[in-house]
Amino acid sequence: MRMKKKADMWMGVSIAILLIYGLFMMYPLFRMLAQSIFDNKTGEVTLRYFRQFFEDNYYLSTLFNSFKVSICATALTLLFGVPLAYIYNLYEIKGRNFLQIMIILCSMSAPFIGAYSWVLLLGRAGLITKLMKVLFGIKMPSIYGFGGILLVLSTKLFPLVFLYVSGALKNVDNSLLEASANMGCKGVKRFFKVVIPLCMPSIMAAGLMVFMRSLADFGTPLMIGEGYRTFPVEIYKQYVGEAGTNYNFAAAISVVAVVITAVIFLIQKYASNRFSFTMNALHPIERKKPKKVAGILMHLYCYGMVALSIMPQVYLIYCSFRNTSKTGNMFKEGYSLMSYQQVFETMGDAIFNTIRICGGALIIIVIMAILISYLVVRRRNLVNGIIDTLSMVPYIIPGSVIGIALVMGFGKEPLALTGTAWIIIIAMCIRRMPYTIRSSVAILQQIPMTVEEASASLGSSKFQTFYKVTVPMMFNGVIAGAIMSWVTLITELSSSIILYSSQTITLNLGVYIMVQRGTDGKACAVSTILTLFTVLSLLLFMRVSKDKEIAL
Amino acid sequence: MNVEIKISHALKKYGDNVIIPDLSVDIRKGEFFTLLGPSGCGKTTLLRMIAGFNSIEGGDFYFNEKRINDLDPSKRNIGMVFQNYAIFPHLTVKKNVAFGLQNRKMAKEEIEARTEEFLTMMKIQEYKDRLPERLSGGQQQRVALARALAIEPDVLLMDEPLSNLDAKLRVEMREAIKEIQNSLGITTVYVTHDQEEAMAVSDRIAVMSEGVIQQIGTPKALYQRPGNLFVATFIGRTNVLEEEICETDGQKGILFAGGYRLPMPNLTDEAEAGSQVKVSVRPEEFVIVDSGEEGIDGTVEYSTFLGLNTHYIVKLHSGERVEIIQESRIDDILEKGSNIRLRVKAEKINVFSSDGSKALVR
Repeated sequence: MRMKKKADMWMGVSIAILLIYGLFMMYPLFRMLAQSIFDNKTGEVTLRYFRQFFEDNYYLSTLFNSFKVSICATALTLLFGVPLAYIYNLYEIKGRNFLQIMIILCSMSAPFIGAYSWVLLLGRAGLITKLMKVLFGIKMPSIYGFGGILLVLSTKLFPLVFLYVSGALKNVDNSLLEASANMGCKGVKRFFKVVIPLCMPSIMAAGLMVFMRSLADFGTPLMIGEGYRTFPVEIYKQYVGEAGTNYNFAAAISVVAVVITAVIFLIQKYASNRFSFTMNALHPIERKKPKKVAGILMHLYCYGMVALSIMPQVYLIYCSFRNTSKTGNMFKEGYSLMSYQQVFETMGDAIFNTIRICGGALIIIVIMAILISYLVVRRRNLVNGIIDTLSMVPYIIPGSVIGIALVMGFGKEPLALTGTAWIIIIAMCIRRMPYTIRSSVAILQQIPMTVEEASASLGSSKFQTFYKVTVPMMFNGVIAGAIMSWVTLITELSSSIILYSSQTITLNLGVYIMVQRGTDGKACAVSTILTLFTVLSLLLFMRVSKDKEIAL
Repeated sequence: MNVEIKISHALKKYGDNVIIPDLSVDIRKGEFFTLLGPSGCGKTTLLRMIAGFNSIEGGDFYFNEKRINDLDPSKRNIGMVFQNYAIFPHLTVKKNVAFGLQNRKMAKEEIEARTEEFLTMMKIQEYKDRLPERLSGGQQQRVALARALAIEPDVLLMDEPLSNLDAKLRVEMREAIKEIQNSLGITTVYVTHDQEEAMAVSDRIAVMSEGVIQQIGTPKALYQRPGNLFVATFIGRTNVLEEEICETDGQKGILFAGGYRLPMPNLTDEAEAGSQVKVSVRPEEFVIVDSGEEGIDGTVEYSTFLGLNTHYIVKLHSGERVEIIQESRIDDILEKGSNIRLRVKAEKINVFSSDGSKALVR
């Protein structure tokens, strides 16, 4: 399409980005791979660590456990999320906007804070557990283990399914539903024969998303898994070494994890390609008023789902205002701001660190995402094709694996970054970049090429065109995406828990540390501050994003 | 600022897929020149080669004496109007129009004045502080045109600029475009697939098909004396009949199936007696005659009354079906099934070689 001969500025940008990916992502991953296949002492190639993993039932069971929990969580979220999206988009539900904001909010809190709030309710000393015992003498089933993880993951992840399927339903033309009704297919039958197949690509994408997140989730099993060991936790444990650090073995498990997620990713990609078709609704679905009884049931269902996933957090906020003992280990009678006071006294740095580290990462992510999406969409060539592929790699790498890889890559001179804020920033960039790039690419693809050509025909150079026309046109969408990224960054745990030092404790890590120390009051206070951050970000997002679509 | 565009032996391919094999054309100074053809004929491709958005695989492109093959689009001094307008959605109408001027490092006052001038010329002055999304399609089109013209380009390029407008606006805008082009006298290359639109605005039209220019000419010439069968069928409506050349008393003519002989004094020498030819008769070139006279026999299959004219579909006795347009008469419309006798207007019809590639009338 363009003049080939001149090596312009963009070629330089391509190469710079390639180098950045090479140094900060591929190099650590290769170091990790090397660790997993080289014997530390002899330096020989060995499959010892892999054999250890696959021969020992103890380790293999972590893999099995992870799969079991992820498959169940995926099934449950689809089972509950798809009908929710269907009801929400096909029927008049009172308080639609409120409901949607609540559903989104559910999905955005840090997973392990969700787990923690469930512990406060249903744990050994939980509110409900105690109430049931005192009032009815009933012993509640334990929340720790498989059931608990499943409960937390499902209540946290069903909003993803809701958002994906709602997005698909928005593209379903009303005439399709009318045609189906016209041919005698209505109600439940239509739901299964028409609506579900139309949304299939999105349902599969949502399913993959839930599955991957469940599989890689680290905070939840760490918090309430107890005896039920999943393998992201196992990686972490091998790394911090309850029985002596074993980098090689941690690396080997990480490699296994990456291979598994990669295979699942490819299978899903293949399957969704076979299912894919494009829809464009000329006439969006008209929402109907449900009949009386059905209407009440629908409202109960929608609000019940939201309540179920938001109540624990509300309780957590409530706890943050309770009095605690001096050490902070016990709640006492009465209410005050003392937990907040303690937090600000001892954790002031954490707030600053959160803004500094997450903000820094966000800026880098936004700039890189804009540049990369431009290269990928507007300047297809070999180098940019490689960048495109590289930018997708983090999709399939669990956060704890990124953490470990970075430690292995940058633990020693000349690039000793461990313990600094930079290494966490790098981890966050790597983890979050693919999502921001994808949304930027989607935005850029919607901007017609002719707009840039118009600019060129009016005498703008390529660079002028980029910053005077392309970037401003992308900006709203990119900022909206950036706010979403910001929310995930401040709740990131799995890689920062491996990379943090006393100098780089963020709010999210603070909650974890507080919980470990048993200071529930402070943990609740920090969680509440984080939730406040999240709510504010969401409100900002609503203002910036015109169509109020949530891109995850 | 007037420029002549000379294109010689242009070649365009995507990989091994040749879009334009070898195309040469001269576009005169100040001319309104239209590239007309069905979709996929390469007309937009050619326009974008002139603009510099498509690479040129071979041949030479000149603006006057200056070869522009390797010139960056931003340096060609072209004004381009895009099919989807390509207005910058984040800039107001005024800033859109001023955009090109700002790239020229002009004095502020001059930019201001020039912007005003073109806003006024395109009658969009009152919307100057609006964002484009709050304008109608026609108004957006005017912004796009004002923006393209404000930089006083050497050449104005328009890529199907009216195809997104509704029928009424399309007529209105094409008159506006023609008028402004006339008053500025700027060399204009216009791409469209709508032959009526092309006829309405153009000084000359190049009819394209499969990357090849079939004929270049004025709208009148293309309609009345098409250079080949493709042009005859693409421009306007026509009936194509397979007939034979005959010769009686040294006078060449056409022998219609059924025996009617029509003398044609304007046949070229290439039309040899006894050879098969394709005869193109436009619907209005048929005349219905009395059954006493000589002619082609047919049966009316059905008729459509359209006010000014009445259209008939007639099945000739040779089996071919033709469309006829007659000025509506006050007496009854010809009944379905009635037998009629037809003649053609010899000076108007066109005759082509049997493969349709060559015109056989002068």
